[in-house]
Amino acid sequence: MSFYDTMTRLEQLPYEALWSRYTAEDVKRALRAERVDEEGLMALLSPAAEPYLEEMAQKAHRLTRTHFGHVMQLFTPMYLADYCVNHCTYCSFSSIYDFPRKKLTLEQVAREAETIAATGLRHILILTGESRNDSPAGYVRDCVNVLRRYFASVSIEVNPLSTAEYAELREAGVDGLTLYQEVYHQETYRALHVKGPKRVYRNRLDAPERGCQAGFRSVNIGALLGMYEWRQEALATALHARYLQDKYPECEIGLSTPRFRPYLGEFNPASDVTDRALVQIILAYRLFLPRSGISLSTREPAALRDHLVQLGITKMSAGVSTEVGGHSLEGGTPQFEISDNRSVNEMAEMLRSQGLQPIFKDWDILSEPLGLR
Amino acid sequence: MQDPLMIGGVTLTSRLFIGTGKYSRNTLIPEVITRSGSQVITVALRRVDPESSDNIVSHIPSHMTLLPNTSGARTAEEAVRIARLARSAGLGNWVKIEVINDQKYLLPDNTETIRATEILAAEGFVVLPYMSPDLSAALRLKAAGAAAVMPLGAPIGSNRGLQTKELIRILISETNLPVIVDAGIGRPSEAAEAMEMGAAAVLLNTAIATASDPLLMAEAFRDAVAAGRKAYLAGLGPVEETAAASSPLTGFLA
Amino acid sequence: MNVTVNGKRQRIEESCRTLEDLLSRPEWAGKLVIVELNGELAGREVYGETLLSEGDRVELVHFVGGG
Repeated sequence: MSFYDTMTRLEQLPYEALWSRYTAEDVKRALRAERVDEEGLMALLSPAAEPYLEEMAQKAHRLTRTHFGHVMQLFTPMYLADYCVNHCTYCSFSSIYDFPRKKLTLEQVAREAETIAATGLRHILILTGESRNDSPAGYVRDCVNVLRRYFASVSIEVNPLSTAEYAELREAGVDGLTLYQEVYHQETYRALHVKGPKRVYRNRLDAPERGCQAGFRSVNIGALLGMYEWRQEALATALHARYLQDKYPECEIGLSTPRFRPYLGEFNPASDVTDRALVQIILAYRLFLPRSGISLSTREPAALRDHLVQLGITKMSAGVSTEVGGHSLEGGTPQFEISDNRSVNEMAEMLRSQGLQPIFKDWDILSEPLGLR
Repeated sequence: MQDPLMIGGVTLTSRLFIGTGKYSRNTLIPEVITRSGSQVITVALRRVDPESSDNIVSHIPSHMTLLPNTSGARTAEEAVRIARLARSAGLGNWVKIEVINDQKYLLPDNTETIRATEILAAEGFVVLPYMSPDLSAALRLKAAGAAAVMPLGAPIGSNRGLQTKELIRILISETNLPVIVDAGIGRPSEAAEAMEMGAAAVLLNTAIATASDPLLMAEAFRDAVAAGRKAYLAGLGPVEETAAASSPLTGFLA
Repeated sequence: MNVTVNGKRQRIEESCRTLEDLLSRPEWAGKLVIVELNGELAGREVYGETLLSEGDRVELVHFVGGG
């Protein structure tokens, strides 16, 4: 049993007819439910829920404060390398673009880490493009060894790896895995991923589960909103999260809501994800998964982010650069444009003004896993 | 309304399991069975007393599913031994695992219970473990092959009701196994509440056996369990939120 | 010979040689019992052929009321 079975079932549903089937009564029932089931989730994502966003927001806000308190965890991404063998139609790192590729040396990693750590952040997410030659798992591990000196928590967002490779990185001190499916809809997935190992849908779909099996403390998934009909994509993401949560209760499953942003090429998104739609998705995630972390990236503009912090978000990036070496080196190529350029301090100030405590460090990884020598 | 409960290959239409202990006289049992509508009944195993000639099984109609318990066991090994003895009587392969080390509150030992479940499920028993409502333990019992889990509502025989409600709710929501509330239920309203929450069944003994009129109480529990189940299936109506309306959170979308 | 039945040591007559003989003694006769001999379950079908020996421990159990 893999989440692929659920995906196969979902793709057989008569979607158009399904979404219009839900009524205000279904939405109200989901709003009252103590535990929202798949039907309830669909009602909350359906057009029928649009007039109920305020009710959903009030409940989402209450649930978030109950389970997480008045806090917001901050982290920042750090790009290690932009070499990539894939051609994905929506990404600036795509192999078809000709720009000077970079890969940080371990000294540069240390310099970058020092700059980031000076802002007070202790949670970091490291990223690479997909290149088994230029940025293999071993390179990531070497970087982690450096980063462990500066950060309490190191998460990875790299190409899908095997369970053994994940386990090795976990041993090296990586405690979280972020891996976005990008697109759950299989046909669209194949259309957008033109060339390279990333074309293999199932290898990516099952990777978060491999991460759970390898023992990561947290696994974070998401769909890149806008690539296909957002209701379907949000439905698949939320069900994927619950599938992992039910099967691996020891792992913290989180969700992200990245919305497609302009990049180097000229790809136009298939589905227009308005602010209202984004809000509906976040609220549906929160009501369906009351205890899951939901993170929000700097792809969203500052003004919108300021409102969203009350609606279910528990983790935000701050002080972001999407370039390799963007914190301490010159002249990189950003993976995508960010909209919120505020510094870590400015973000922390905004959160405090909204009655939230910014968290720079939520936990420490023990230097050696418990029970092992 | 068709709403059967399937356990161990048996289809049950009644969701009230009853016990056979503590009755003023065992001859009441056939009538209690009839009035309660129950189809599953527990018995215990003890050394035969040469002085007494009563045989509890003779009071139980053959259509009932017999659920021998392992009361008296303090370890997994003892529970396994009792279960095997019970099965050799040729009256079915169901067993309620009950391992108790604590003689003050009679609370179950989940660790030993999990071990016994592993062994007995592998031997083909239909295992219904009596347990403290702990999610990790319930998931381990499931992995070990339990056919259901039977969390306590309150200590055995206490008639204190659903004290562990919040924990049982979690088991119902997370285990994907029939959850049968066993022990503690003293009143029909509490049995109904357990069923409204989504429990698959309830198991009772003391509340019926020690009532002034056990036969009438058996009926009361039959009705309460059926009512609670119907309410669960019907979907409870809204509970009005009394919290004061806070400021709008989605005004920025206007 | 001496055997222990349900924890009580007792002397049984020479003619009582098998489990079946023991179970037909007046105090057990007609009761639906389950037998354990020296910690091992003894099925109904072996009662007649199971010989008792000096010092055997026999447990005779049956179902009683319980919750």
